[in-house]
Amino acid sequence: MKKLKSLFFVGIFLATAVGVSQAQLSIEITGAGAQRIPVAVADFAGERVITQALTSVVRSDLERSGLFLMVDTAGALLNEGTVPNYPEWKAKGADALAAGSVNVMPDGRYETRFRLHDTQKQAAIAGQALAHNATQIRTTAHRIADIIYEKLTGERGIFSTRIAYVVKSAGRYELQIADADGNGAQVALASKEPIISPAWSPDGGRLAYVSFEAKKPVVYVHDLVTGRRHVAANFKGSNSAPAWSPDGARLAVVLTKNGNSQLYVVNVDGSGVTRLAGSSGIDTEPQFSPDGQFIYFTSDRGGSPQIYRQPVDGGPAQRITFDGNYNVTPRLSPDGKSLAYVSRDSGRFRVTIMDLGTRQTQMLTDTAKDESPSFSPNGRMILFATEVSGRGVLAAVSTDGRVKHRLSVQAADVREPAWGPFSK
Amino acid sequence: MRKFLALSTSLIILTALVGCGSQPAAPEQAGAGVEDRSPSAVSTSPVTPVTVGQADLYGIAALKDPKSPLSKRNIYFDYDSYVVKDEFKSLLDHHAKFLVKNGQMKMLIQGHADERGSREYNLALGQKRSEAVRKALILLGAKDAQLESVSLGEEKPACMEQSESCWAQNRRGDMLYSGEF
Repeated sequence: MKKLKSLFFVGIFLATAVGVSQAQLSIEITGAGAQRIPVAVADFAGERVITQALTSVVRSDLERSGLFLMVDTAGALLNEGTVPNYPEWKAKGADALAAGSVNVMPDGRYETRFRLHDTQKQAAIAGQALAHNATQIRTTAHRIADIIYEKLTGERGIFSTRIAYVVKSAGRYELQIADADGNGAQVALASKEPIISPAWSPDGGRLAYVSFEAKKPVVYVHDLVTGRRHVAANFKGSNSAPAWSPDGARLAVVLTKNGNSQLYVVNVDGSGVTRLAGSSGIDTEPQFSPDGQFIYFTSDRGGSPQIYRQPVDGGPAQRITFDGNYNVTPRLSPDGKSLAYVSRDSGRFRVTIMDLGTRQTQMLTDTAKDESPSFSPNGRMILFATEVSGRGVLAAVSTDGRVKHRLSVQAADVREPAWGPFSK
Repeated sequence: MRKFLALSTSLIILTALVGCGSQPAAPEQAGAGVEDRSPSAVSTSPVTPVTVGQADLYGIAALKDPKSPLSKRNIYFDYDSYVVKDEFKSLLDHHAKFLVKNGQMKMLIQGHADERGSREYNLALGQKRSEAVRKALILLGAKDAQLESVSLGEEKPACMEQSESCWAQNRRGDMLYSGEF
């Protein structure tokens, strides 16, 4: 309960610190998983305006994941206290059934209770009560979808996480933050000059990014709650490609102090700059492995841009990609076992995944201008930027290539996505 | 002597550029018919324009003079290339001379790349281009402290279409002076 309250206050501060965006991301599902778990989510009992909004968000979250098949509940009247007729729901094809209610509390806020049933085991397998206000219906629904997802798949849900991305419209760049489903977009930074490479701090409270407002690339760290930001790297030349260390204390950055683009590490406050690796060519797009032991990066030291890794504490660099002559933007899965990157194949740039254990690779998309892959914090999905009909859109693909969806904004280019961490 | 030669070379380039207009160039006129009717042509001494031209050629005002080579600020590169082409060497020579003469002036060199591929990698490619321009200017006498080479990558294309002729315009280095950035 205390935790919920503090979450609520964080929400308030966010709303005041950043402006609400007019451009809403709209979502389109273009592929689903092979084996989907059939789930029924009954209309929650209570005030209809509220319960309908809530139930529809729970359903669309589960559906969008590509792992669930929604079973029609045909207006069944159930709440969290009802003991369902298990054989009947099983006969309808539902392996699981969620039911609940939304009640007004004496202080005017709401309490949403729900229960998840397993129709095979004929038992309740999860249940929770969540307190919230009228503006937190979507947040509450995402929490419920997360609980259902985790209970039925065994992995954490990502419906309560947030994404960052850049929207470019005529002469204006906006760094926006939205819920993982594209809703509730808020503008964290607006500028006449480009903004690229947003990167979430491990605690989800800050973003590092590159802004060109000073007519050159400079790395900033931006606190989302207060809206305060500071320069983390502004050396002579270009400053770019920030990547957080897993402990959130340092940033790997690319500086050109000595001419070409090279890797450095700085403390988040901008102090203590040290050279990380060196080559006579280009080294860029650093990314820490989740255990903090390695830096993965793009380098042209072998004649074409390829992905390498190097121990953070020193030691020789090891080449990771060998197929083709353009492999860039390495991004480690949260478990450190897979590498997503962009590979050029017959002139098409496509998101590719490599199993770092077997070194087997798979191209995950059939688009041609993919950029900036970013793993969901549970490692199931990869969000990336691509182009459809000449316009920049965001797309997501599951790591097995089956589940696909697309997020776009009317009359604007969306690019540079970064999927935020699990909310604490 | 060498300086004089370089100067006169610059002057020839300048006059050639100026000569694009409707007026015939002065030296040709002076070299034409000697003994006939135009004493006024003889009286225009070729020395005076050199002195005036020299002062103007690398003065601050020349930066905004469309007739001055210093008003030209773009260096274009070939695809996947980071070498300053010969056709741009005389332009860099003029800018280096300006920087030598005006030690208080600074220059920001912004490198660009075309839009294909990763934004951050393109930022690094743009940096290679601005760095090539910086190094050329250093060799021609500009001071390190006067120069900063940065990259705008693919973020500020001069041309937005998806064609080779368009991409070629985006593979460039732009030179900006103090007060312009």
